[in-house]
Amino acid sequence: MTGEPSTEVIRVEGVSKKFGPVTALADVNLHVRRGEILGLIGDNGAGKSTLIKILTGYHQPDGGRILFEGEPTTLKSVVHARSLGIETVFQDLAMVNDLPVYLNLHLNRELTHRPLPFLRRREMKRRAREALDSIGIDIPSVTAEVGMLSGGQRQAIAVARSVYSQAKLLLLDEPLAAMGAKESAVILRLLRELKQRGDIAIILIAHNYGQVTDVCDRVNLLQHGEITFDRRSADTSVAELLELVNAEYRLDGKH
Amino acid sequence: MSLRPMLLGVMHVKELSILLVTIAAGIYFTVASGAFNSVDNYMTIAQYVAPWSIIAAGQVMLLICGEIDLSAGFVFTLAPFMVMQFFVNGWPLWLALLGAVAVSTLVGVVNGLIRTVLAIPSFITTLGMAFLLQGLVLIISNARPVAAPKDSWVVDVFGGAPWTEFLWAVGLVVVMQVVLSATRFGIHTQATGGNPVGAAESGIAINRVKVVNFAITSTLAGLAGILQGTRVGSYDPTNGGFTTMFFAVASAVIGGTALLGGAGTVAGAFLGALLLGIVFDGFNLTGVSANAFNVVLGAAILLAMVLNVTLIVVRKRVGSRELT
Repeated sequence: MTGEPSTEVIRVEGVSKKFGPVTALADVNLHVRRGEILGLIGDNGAGKSTLIKILTGYHQPDGGRILFEGEPTTLKSVVHARSLGIETVFQDLAMVNDLPVYLNLHLNRELTHRPLPFLRRREMKRRAREALDSIGIDIPSVTAEVGMLSGGQRQAIAVARSVYSQAKLLLLDEPLAAMGAKESAVILRLLRELKQRGDIAIILIAHNYGQVTDVCDRVNLLQHGEITFDRRSADTSVAELLELVNAEYRLDGKH
Repeated sequence: MSLRPMLLGVMHVKELSILLVTIAAGIYFTVASGAFNSVDNYMTIAQYVAPWSIIAAGQVMLLICGEIDLSAGFVFTLAPFMVMQFFVNGWPLWLALLGAVAVSTLVGVVNGLIRTVLAIPSFITTLGMAFLLQGLVLIISNARPVAAPKDSWVVDVFGGAPWTEFLWAVGLVVVMQVVLSATRFGIHTQATGGNPVGAAESGIAINRVKVVNFAITSTLAGLAGILQGTRVGSYDPTNGGFTTMFFAVASAVIGGTALLGGAGTVAGAFLGALLLGIVFDGFNLTGVSANAFNVVLGAAILLAMVLNVTLIVVRKRVGSRELT
């Protein structure tokens, strides 16, 4: 934790993004290191989703720059960002209910008998089993259709998919939003385990500040397209975060 | 352990129920009509089944990725006349045929591009294309049938020789089933229909998947039209159309394809076409009117949909009990 640039997986400098007349991001600066979990909080419409979509290569920023592992990088597309090791667990999980677990784990990364175009189903099943076991996710069968699993199991599979694909940066867009306490606990344990491994940087978007201060090393607050607060979790509290987010509404909308 | 996994496994094979019904229908008509069990009659059934199942092989792909092609029946009508257009202009027959198939493919690409680039629902897009093609065929043909080319190996291979049309159908069904269940493109087609947003987030080019499936359907429809016309020996501008297209869609639906996308098999659609062919033929033999056939067809589609939905619910229930 020396802050050397080499351990820094991603650094965002002065990134801005407009959609027509609407400024989604004004001037965003943030960074995450390997083995670190950054909590990103902010009210609805603060620009969290836009920022995630820029980091995944889905949107292109209008201004500013992004350094990936110290190198200025243009994230051209989702596929390009993934090829660099930027993985996202989207709110909707990007799961196909009609497909079995092992195919979802390999979605758009299906293994084939090259040069023949045919799927290597047995190998994908084996690797799926391995990937789930390696991070301690308990799914009875990799051939079960994802639609039959619980919300927590699906979430866990989505995380496993990202980890399995050797992510260097893992973005989690409100993974705990629609989840019960028991299921959340599974995901939080999973995140801690990933952090222990120390080879992956994680940005976690969440609304539950208790979970954020609990699992994240550092918290950033995004307000009106800017990071207005950056502090170690140990040096802040749920009360302070709530106060910060709610403060602007008490100033009778002067913003 | 034994019963529930077995139950799950059996119900995974959606085709099984339709296969049983098809066999039952075959047995019934064998008993009910002396003429049913003969090579000649099987050939008649095969002639019904071939065009429906070839077009259905494409429609299944489209339905799975959440689209439909209402114009396929008129591509079926148009393609033979395109063969003649090229042929009378001095192209060798094999090249004329290839050209007609390419035109069919192009129609599908246009359908797909209008659907994806302009975001117009496929129901509307292909409805417009259907009428456009119908008018075009009538203009090209002067609304009159023409004799198909004769005396060429091309004619023999593409429908002229006995059973070739049906063999093409079987071959194309096998190929499309392999594409659907054993290639990345097949998985991407299922993902595109099952969860378009999620598929796109995973980097799957869902619009490209759709355009390719429109192209495949149209290509198959054109080929089916050429095969049938060549078998009959005459290209007829009143052939095909909405009737043929809807029989193909009915085959797909009866064979277990979900109209809302995500699931289905080409093999199931083939069995669906086979069932329709057997019942159609059986009704003819036993003297039941064509009107009654439509009643049965309608009921079969409704029953298939109800069965489909119920099976999904039951499987979910059995499955979740199994997994927790």
